[in-house]
Amino acid sequence: MTTPAAYQVSHLDALEAESIFVMREVVAEMERPVLLFSGGKDSIVMLRLAQKAFAPANIPFPVMHVDTGHNFPEVLEYRDQRVAELGLQLVVASVSEALASGLVRESADGMRNRIQTPVLLDAVEKHRFDALFGGARRDEEKARAKERVFSFRDEFGQWDPKNQRPELWSLYNGRHHPGESIRVFPLSNWTELDIWHYIARERIPLPSIYYAHEREVIERDGMFYAVNEFFRPRAGEERFKAQVRYRTVGDASCTAAVRSDADTVEKVIEEVAATRITERGATRGDDRVSEAAMEDRKREGYF
Amino acid sequence: MSTEIMASANAEARAVTGAGPEARAMDLLRFATAGSVDDGKSTLIGRLLYDTKSLFTDQLAAVEAVSAARGDEYTNLALLTDGLRAEREQGITIDVAYRYFATPRRKFIIADTPGHIQYTRNMVTGASTADLALILVDARKGLVEQSRRHAFLCSLLRVPHLVLCVNKMDLVDWSQEVYEQIADEFTAFAAKLDAPDLTVVPISALRGDNIVTRSENMPWYEGPSLLHHLERVHIASDRNLVDVRFPVQYVIRPQSTTVTDYRGYAGQVASGVLKTGDEVMVLPSGFTSRIAAVETADGPVAEAFPPMSVTVRLADEIDISRGDLICRPNNAPAVAQDIEAMVCWMDETAPLRVGGRYAIKHTTRSARAIVRGLHYRLDINSLHRDESADELRLNEIGRVRLRTTVPLLADEYRRNRTTGGFVIIDEATNRTVGAAMIVEAT
Ligand SMILES: Nc1nc2c(ncn2[C@@H]2O[C@H](COP(=O)(O)OP(=O)(O)OP(=O)(O)O)[C@@H](O)[C@H]2O)c(=O)[nH]1
Ligand SMILES: [Mg+2]
Repeated sequence: MTTPAAYQVSHLDALEAESIFVMREVVAEMERPVLLFSGGKDSIVMLRLAQKAFAPANIPFPVMHVDTGHNFPEVLEYRDQRVAELGLQLVVASVSEALASGLVRESADGMRNRIQTPVLLDAVEKHRFDALFGGARRDEEKARAKERVFSFRDEFGQWDPKNQRPELWSLYNGRHHPGESIRVFPLSNWTELDIWHYIARERIPLPSIYYAHEREVIERDGMFYAVNEFFRPRAGEERFKAQVRYRTVGDASCTAAVRSDADTVEKVIEEVAATRITERGATRGDDRVSEAAMEDRKREGYF
Repeated sequence: MSTEIMASANAEARAVTGAGPEARAMDLLRFATAGSVDDGKSTLIGRLLYDTKSLFTDQLAAVEAVSAARGDEYTNLALLTDGLRAEREQGITIDVAYRYFATPRRKFIIADTPGHIQYTRNMVTGASTADLALILVDARKGLVEQSRRHAFLCSLLRVPHLVLCVNKMDLVDWSQEVYEQIADEFTAFAAKLDAPDLTVVPISALRGDNIVTRSENMPWYEGPSLLHHLERVHIASDRNLVDVRFPVQYVIRPQSTTVTDYRGYAGQVASGVLKTGDEVMVLPSGFTSRIAAVETADGPVAEAFPPMSVTVRLADEIDISRGDLICRPNNAPAVAQDIEAMVCWMDETAPLRVGGRYAIKHTTRSARAIVRGLHYRLDINSLHRDESADELRLNEIGRVRLRTTVPLLADEYRRNRTTGGFVIIDEATNRTVGAAMIVEAT
């Protein structure tokens, strides 16, 4: 916390101050911002920062969930409860509806990560959102490490990593033509460990699947997938019960759990501080497709 | 053997945890790399992460696999930051990569910037927020034009601490003579720049010499390792705690039945210390009032100082909006429409020309500006001023006079990095085309 005597703030306070500054810039300068809220820990922290940035007023923008239809029930429940508590407007961009209307087609492997993008872009166009807050952090992945805080998207939602706008000091350029938009990443400089320290400090409740619990899983490529209606074991994959928790929460058909006994926030912090594998490396089947899987998805408009 | 990490020449790698005890208040050092293409910036960052055990096994495995597949003789640690497809194809850094690590002493945010001249604007992006810049020079080549350009940009951006890293010492037989010659040449150049604090370290980024621990290959070097310096360099007094500058970002006025008549001015303290009861002046109007409260979502605070984001409430009802600035009556910035600034031009499609009109963004204020004059363009090598220049092209730096549509509430950049800097935006393309540092505002 702050020690006024020396006029120093802790790094967590410095990160919080920077994120709040970014959120206020967006609301002051952009016309129709929206916050992408998945019910994952990063978007939950982002929502807390939004509360702080505008207090005692309410959060001055809606939230949007890109719903792949493959959800963890605990996460959906959490989403609805949080939205109700804060009196927020929730926009749901539904992949299932987009499949039904023919906007997208199910991919061969059944994973819905890639087909989320057209659904997201469609909702952005329909609601004419011009600024989208995302909870992506630069420490997550090597393509994300390259992204600006204000990241310009053309009218097709595309990111051009070779031609990003210079971003000096804290002067963010959100200017754009109609149809173009800005993705804004207030948590750019936070690490996974910072997020957990903040969750502990602020006593932020999370969906229960972030803490250790017993679950029926199968092991594939060294990762533990929950057996549920969206995830079918292949022949020869054996089901067993294990103590696990989720380090990330994404589409339930491609997000894996990690073995863990960490059932409190303090234990999770210890675990995260000691881990030698990145959160995406430990939990995401979709990043294993190729070396540049994330960069390619981002170019198309993914977060 | 083919793709191993080059063994560190140092006796033992020090045990540093990648995590750090974050519960304790730790300070944050932001640093950027700089220097010419291929001088070893990304390799140095990879080495620093590797030797501080800040890498995750899957990150390292991915980089080892790519190196092995390309037939590299050793694992190319630069791939840890060169994460874009195009960067890996071309073997150069194109845009800034941000990386994070912590030791028990400090938390670090690294901006690894490109050396290629075409991407100077991305180097400027990374250096603009840095507390410290590492300027790398290849010991075999010595100072080249791009080393001078980056050193000059660092001084222009007033990065408070510079470290010259004389790299690839393994390729010059660890020669003290080579090192000293480069150090002397750079020190002489830096003297002309009025560069702040300068430190010089001989290193081998590839082999890890003088990165985390002191090298056994260069016993003649008596200074600390690079990490030792990064952990201890004193940055607390770099902040300006004297001049109160609070650019108003957003006016908070709840439309609510429970909170009524609330009016707070939200913003981030640019400099100085704000306290309840302080007499303040609001610009550009010049009205004065007192601070009734300094608030955060967690309750009121006694004082606010950089980099805190707070909400200020005043004792009197004054008309204040975004772009206004709160300061002290006896210590105010200029309220000025005629601006003299050093400009670094970043647009490849069109040069800056006298008579050109642009949008600008300065603190929380947006305005339009017309270029009234170009005094000179700087030659980066000689620092000679070319007064016959009539335009600034991509990556060129010059002194420019601008007239703005509304007054800027401005300080000299050398006194205040927040109220002294602005960006120039092309109104047609909306791209950020110039970085400007105010020399004089009237
Ligand atoms: N022998 C030796 N080679 C080095 C050293 N440091 C870097 N290199 C090599 O120099 C080449 C360029 O290194 P990079 O780290 O990519 O250079 P850079 O400064 O990041 O280049 P840009 O980002 O494109 O400006 C690579 O082949 C490195 O392996 C060193 O200390 N010794
Ligand atoms: Mg590089």
